[in-house]
Amino acid sequence: MSVVIVHQVGPGVTVQDTGRAGYLALGLSRGGAVDRMALAEGAALLGQPVGAALEMAGMGGRFEVTAPTRIALTGAPMRASLDGAALAWNASHLLLAGGMLDIGGATSGVYGYLSFGGTLATPTLLGGQGVHLAAGLGRAVAAGDRLAIGPDTGTVTGQGLKVAPRWDGGILRVLPSLQTDLFTQAQRDRFESTTLLRDSRGNRMGVRLQPEGEGFGLTAGGTILSEVITPGDIQIPGDGAPYVLLAECQTTGGYPRIGTVIPADLPRVAQTSAGTALRFRFVTLEEALMAERAYRKHLADLTRSRFALVRDPHDISDLLSYTLISGVTAGEDPL
Amino acid sequence: MNAHPTHPPAFPRIEQVGLDGLLVRFAESLTEPANRAAIALRAAVEQVQWEGVEECSTSLVSVFVRFDPLHLDHAVLRHQLGQLMHSQDWYAAPMPTGRRLFHIPTVYGTDLAPQLVEAAEKAGLSEAQAIASLSGAQTRVTTIGFAPGQPYLGTLPEEWNIPRQTSLTPQVPVGALVVAIRQLVLFSVSTPTGWRHIGQTAARLFRPDTETPFLLRPGDEVRFPSIGRAEYENLKTDPSAGIRQEALT
Repeated sequence: MSVVIVHQVGPGVTVQDTGRAGYLALGLSRGGAVDRMALAEGAALLGQPVGAALEMAGMGGRFEVTAPTRIALTGAPMRASLDGAALAWNASHLLLAGGMLDIGGATSGVYGYLSFGGTLATPTLLGGQGVHLAAGLGRAVAAGDRLAIGPDTGTVTGQGLKVAPRWDGGILRVLPSLQTDLFTQAQRDRFESTTLLRDSRGNRMGVRLQPEGEGFGLTAGGTILSEVITPGDIQIPGDGAPYVLLAECQTTGGYPRIGTVIPADLPRVAQTSAGTALRFRFVTLEEALMAERAYRKHLADLTRSRFALVRDPHDISDLLSYTLISGVTAGEDPL
Repeated sequence: MNAHPTHPPAFPRIEQVGLDGLLVRFAESLTEPANRAAIALRAAVEQVQWEGVEECSTSLVSVFVRFDPLHLDHAVLRHQLGQLMHSQDWYAAPMPTGRRLFHIPTVYGTDLAPQLVEAAEKAGLSEAQAIASLSGAQTRVTTIGFAPGQPYLGTLPEEWNIPRQTSLTPQVPVGALVVAIRQLVLFSVSTPTGWRHIGQTAARLFRPDTETPFLLRPGDEVRFPSIGRAEYENLKTDPSAGIRQEALT
């Protein structure tokens, strides 16, 4: 089995999966990848179930593997190269032992994902592998780390995937939440008509949005009883700038919430580049359910949207080893 | 809240929480019966194991049910919850079984918990009276939240209905016992807070690498017996932190 050797790494690289459900009552939020779609895209490119991968906030690092290893690059596009030769993003590739994979800064979006054939086999804690920084579960990846990869039964590489871009802002669909009714109709109207810019302040817990013009708030002023928080909730803190909560949010909170972003639009919240414009739009439950159906169908159909990357043999530095390894892939599709 | 006539006044009531959650709210503010109702109803929801329900939790006076809305219709779950909600008087329900009583040794005041005197003043008590009152109280874990394993405990006698500070204490350590609005919080993380720091314990409430990662559960009861500084220093290196627990019948 292969091991990933981390030579250099950005400050926000963590192992992430689909999170831990079932600990909400004990104060631990689900966590997991903030862009679940990118995790699913990585799995689809490799033709395997969704598992643990590296989530890279803003920038990646320099990685080496100890045995031939399939990888997929998804999420926010980053500059990636293998031994100096550029690698396509939203694609799967084969790394040979000793090859140097360099992943630089994001060219748009925020979180890039590096998935491995066989998925990361890091230790499981409380039923999950995902690092939960706010809870002190695990830690960020550091230079010198060696991360185990599980056995890989797949063989296909050289695949590409056309993805839904989610870095360029746009409309976020919102359902009413616990305190929506406490905001005046005028506030809610303005909430929908205001353009907001993704603030540079943001992390796995949430993202601050700076409204163009006046902020929002309750006119009554009173305090809200602390109640359950779910990812997507839009808190209005004292400064009036909406703060959208993500996977690693707290489990309860006392800030009023004007609404909650639907799950299908959370990848867009996480991935919108700083300074990019977003708008909120309230939707009905029926509309949100339709969006959820479409979102899950999209995720389920990802494997079928793969296509073979066209390669010019002159671009392949080590044609012999490439051919030997990829010769067995014809017709392979584990799903 | 009365300024918003769209709000139906009656409790308990069911509210929608985004795409995949429903919430049963028993009151607008913390009361013992409403907290009891939330803890008891949650136990009942977990017992019936409705298909499509994925997770259930409580806050101070509400029960949250997370479900898969594509496999369990909102209207169906709302109906089921409504039936369960009206099937008995949850405000007077017996507390669920399996609860425990914990004794967590606590140093009150000193440089370890520098706001005891200030909090006692707000409560109209002398320092000695405050320690007697706090160390004599048997409190319930009303909810766990904000950080993993972190309990809110209540309710203290009426004199402890003191407000939070207007400004934040920049940092209290893990194991800090803080007070406001007739409640205690025992911190599982080091964090800024608006509550007053009146006691210090050696308790570690969240230990993910052990067999019991979470010390406390909602509904458990806790006492904070007073100990001296020297004893506390010894407990700091004791994995049990001097904590005793017994079953509540």
